[in-house]
Amino acid sequence: MACDGASLSVRAGTIHALLGENGAGKTSLVNVLGGVYLPDAGEIRVHGAQRQFHSPADAIAAGIGMVHQEFRLVPTLTVAENIALGSAPRYLNMARINERVSRLASAYSLDADPTRPVWQLSVGERQRVEILKALWRDADVLVLDEPTAVLTPTEADDLALALRAMADRGRSVVYISHKLDEVLSVCDEATVLRGGVTVAQQLSLTGVERSDLAQMMVGEAAAETPRPPEQDSGEVVLALESVSALSDRGLPALRSVDLDVRSGEIVGVAGVSGNGQRELAEVVAGLRPLTSGTVRLLGDDVAGSSPKARSRSGLGYVPEDRLGVGLAPRMSVVDNSVMRSYPAMRRGVMLDLRRCEDFCKQLVDRFGVRVGRMHDHASALSGGNLQRLLLGRELSGEPRILVAAQPTRGLDVAGISAIQEQIVAQRNAGVGVLLVSEDLDELLALSDRLVVMYEGRIAARLDPRTATRAEVGAKMAGSGA
Amino acid sequence: MTETAVIGLLVATVQFATLIYLAALGELIVERSGVLNLGVEGMMAMGAVSGFIMALATDSPWIGFAFAALVGMAVAGIHAVVSVVMGAGQVVSGLAVTIGGLGLAAFIGQDAVRERADAVFTDMSIAPLADIAWIGPILFDQPPVVYLAVVLGGAVWFVLNRTRLGLALRAVGESASTTDSVGHSVTLLRSGAVLVGGAFAGAAGSFLSLYMAAGWTEGLIAGRGWIAVALVIFGAWRPGRLAAGSLLFGFTLALQPRVQTFDLEILGLQVNTISPALLGILPFLLTVVVLIAISFRARHRPNPAPAALTIPYRREER
Repeated sequence: MACDGASLSVRAGTIHALLGENGAGKTSLVNVLGGVYLPDAGEIRVHGAQRQFHSPADAIAAGIGMVHQEFRLVPTLTVAENIALGSAPRYLNMARINERVSRLASAYSLDADPTRPVWQLSVGERQRVEILKALWRDADVLVLDEPTAVLTPTEADDLALALRAMADRGRSVVYISHKLDEVLSVCDEATVLRGGVTVAQQLSLTGVERSDLAQMMVGEAAAETPRPPEQDSGEVVLALESVSALSDRGLPALRSVDLDVRSGEIVGVAGVSGNGQRELAEVVAGLRPLTSGTVRLLGDDVAGSSPKARSRSGLGYVPEDRLGVGLAPRMSVVDNSVMRSYPAMRRGVMLDLRRCEDFCKQLVDRFGVRVGRMHDHASALSGGNLQRLLLGRELSGEPRILVAAQPTRGLDVAGISAIQEQIVAQRNAGVGVLLVSEDLDELLALSDRLVVMYEGRIAARLDPRTATRAEVGAKMAGSGA
Repeated sequence: MTETAVIGLLVATVQFATLIYLAALGELIVERSGVLNLGVEGMMAMGAVSGFIMALATDSPWIGFAFAALVGMAVAGIHAVVSVVMGAGQVVSGLAVTIGGLGLAAFIGQDAVRERADAVFTDMSIAPLADIAWIGPILFDQPPVVYLAVVLGGAVWFVLNRTRLGLALRAVGESASTTDSVGHSVTLLRSGAVLVGGAFAGAAGSFLSLYMAAGWTEGLIAGRGWIAVALVIFGAWRPGRLAAGSLLFGFTLALQPRVQTFDLEILGLQVNTISPALLGILPFLLTVVVLIAISFRARHRPNPAPAALTIPYRREER
């Protein structure tokens, strides 16, 4: 059960935060509000009148506009066509619709060209189209599910301004997030969910501290990540020598990178997204061919050896794309858990399903994955649980080298610390870890050594014990190379 | 090669073009809604036989034609229920419609075989225009179904691009969940499209039995339904390009039975030595060429194929 007696009440003209960890029931509650799920019990009131939503259309008619994390836009249609879809006049006069869209956009400073097809737009622009879609239908309540997860900082600031403009005109905004700083700066009031239950309702955010909110969300004080104890590193387990590789678009993504990882240390890789970190992880995993250079795992040149061979020789890989590359969404939790170790669960030519289930059960228990049933699709798990499952599977092979790309991105507080603990435990046990992350605090806290990537090169090698955020940030921006 | 032979070839080109254009126009509506209906061949056969029998019974080709559209719609209804409402595989369901439709048409038409209909369409010349040399007999002295096809082409374009219904239809073919989320019924839109597509296919089939062949035999459709399916791809899912493509494909169809009578040399090639069987491949060959061209272009812009084509929609699956 995702929600058990959760409540949410939002006043007109306010920006209301809906806070909670992954799996706390935020998305489920909002899907009830949007008419996607039918509630088993409870009621919805809009402007005091009780309403029943049997479909998304009912929710829209009641004035509730949803902006989901995955945008509901048709890429081949224009901005205006997307906005008008669902509430267009019987005969379309596109010139008139375009003009009305332009006017609406400028009224809320949501810059958008109505005639451009959506596939040409950036993520931030697409989000504006989603918001315009709701405003077009005169939504009184706008629900945004983790709106800034995909935005650049500037885009996020612009969004905050637009939302404030809506609230000032008497509309309400429900802002779902687990980024506490952002919630404190953008929102007026908050509702906090924990385990499907409301723990704080219509909480005014004036004078509230970040740590108070964090405590409500996790139920206990969230500790700052402590640095792992110093330890001597061992022999080199992973070595890259003047490695170059191309991006998906065929452009140079890695330019002559030299890097080594020793056993028992975490080497952090910092960088603004798109500066070669993803390609670096893929080159090590064997998913991307080199154009020059060598990669050595435990001293052996692995040029031309498959990802499977690398995994057998002791490489664990947690890819950035959890639910595409890391796990198969339409396969069960059991199937996903044994993807690496199934050869050991054979009985003749068949798989021993009982042993697969036992293996999965152990893994789930050991890594604290919260699953409904083990035979559910992996796609039914929340982000944090997906990552626990993925990391658990990679660690089940007892790797000597672990490459983890963005392992904590998008996770809630509890999820982040669980994943970080596991990574540190591996390092303490003598595994060499290459940790790619965009979270500077995480890198500074966990790494034994830190490299900064810029335009496919290693722009700086820093000591995370002494480096400051500002210093790393400057290197990430390419200055003082 | 005589003038009469050339005009005869072009008159036939327009008629074959009409035949496959009607069927393809229906399939275009279906595919733009995100459903692939491979049952065109079967629906055309059912339309051809039932339209023919109805025209015999009522002495009116128009009643036969309308009845064929209704029968096409009814046959398409099977595909709508199986693939849209129940969400089963569209390819399997469509193939079943073709196989079942061909078989059932053969069964129903047993007694109608070789019966000559008195009630078939006759040419309708459009007074002043039909007298123009060359163009007149080719374009303006044709059966009414030819003119109707032109009107329907324009109407389909208008509905797709200038109405709310068309916008919803285009959207549901690209992303059903988006269309659902703004309050349109995916099932209704797609079933409706499949039914209308069936009506077009059924009517097209009866154009064969009520004019072009003026009779019914088993195997009358002879793969033209499949050509219509290929034509939708060739026309990049657009009514206008579909029209151009239908003339090209229609030309190869018209040329097929005539090619060996043409004593003509083009670029050192004696035309009457070309095998009609090889000509029959041409539409499919051209379609493959277009598919390859599309995939090259797709690196820079979205594929013209509806993104949700062949993907059934269930609301619970996010």
